[in-house]
Amino acid sequence: MLELFEQLRAFIAQPWPWWVAGPVISVVMFLLLYFGHEFGISENFRIMCAADGADELNDFFKINWKDSQWNLLVALGAVFAGYMASHYFLGPDGDVAHISDATVASLREIGLPLEQGKVPVVPDFVSWSGLFTLKGFLTIAGGGFLVGFGARYAGGCTSGHAISGLSALQLPSLIAVIGFFIGGLFVTYIVLPWLLAL
Amino acid sequence: MLLGFALYKSEAVSYFRIYEMFRFQSFHMYGIIGSAIAAGVIIVQIIKRRHLRNTAGEEIVIRDKARSIPRYLIGGIIFGTGWALAGACPGPMFILLGAGHTVFIVYLLAAMTGTYLYGKLRPRLPH
Repeated sequence: MLELFEQLRAFIAQPWPWWVAGPVISVVMFLLLYFGHEFGISENFRIMCAADGADELNDFFKINWKDSQWNLLVALGAVFAGYMASHYFLGPDGDVAHISDATVASLREIGLPLEQGKVPVVPDFVSWSGLFTLKGFLTIAGGGFLVGFGARYAGGCTSGHAISGLSALQLPSLIAVIGFFIGGLFVTYIVLPWLLAL
Repeated sequence: MLLGFALYKSEAVSYFRIYEMFRFQSFHMYGIIGSAIAAGVIIVQIIKRRHLRNTAGEEIVIRDKARSIPRYLIGGIIFGTGWALAGACPGPMFILLGAGHTVFIVYLLAAMTGTYLYGKLRPRLPH
């Protein structure tokens, strides 16, 4: 019995190929629709603002956050899954990202001394000590702020627009995803070569 | 839970995977998002054609998003800059928080500040 569990654990713990992860995400979307909800993670930021009392200040936050508790539960599930996956289901190589050789080379070129096979999931400057450097602060706080602002302006993030919106063949979502890439490419090609060299 | 496992084990939560995606250096992220959309399109078509009902017994309706260009384009660009800068969108943020990267609390607070500021400025922004 114990061996069976260990085999199952090892099976889940291998790195998942894209063709498993992608369809699993659509199953999550289907389950949420089936239970009468929608797939949209960034909406949680608005719900948390409302729960913290922002609903008294502004119409935009006048949502009954108690009706949206299911969405907070999705976020909580994600937190718990992160804990489980990183503590009990690490692959044979440990907590590394198997990025391409080309990406390792590009990152080394702009000043990040990475080694293939030892690329961490999260860079070392994304940490509490890194937060007090300009690089870490702009990455964590700057990135978070823009994500929070942009997601509500566009009415959705990767889950709401790229996955749910495009699945329902929504033109607005395509416009939003094109926007994601305009912004993302600008940062990756113009900002990061400067920022990561700091 | 399922979402968290899928994104963690496929490394979609990794800062470096996002960088790789925006440099077009691997098919991996496009494979994840692409296959999710492909399966999603099939799911949505089945829901619509079979008039599937949810657990409350109501027919599942997927509302059309309001038409606009500036809203999605400008908002999208701002979101994209944040996505590439942080190397994580909202889902991975919650997952990494659980994985022990507690500094993502700062990302969460910053994102709530961004959301709050948007709520404040909303009447004055083009939509």
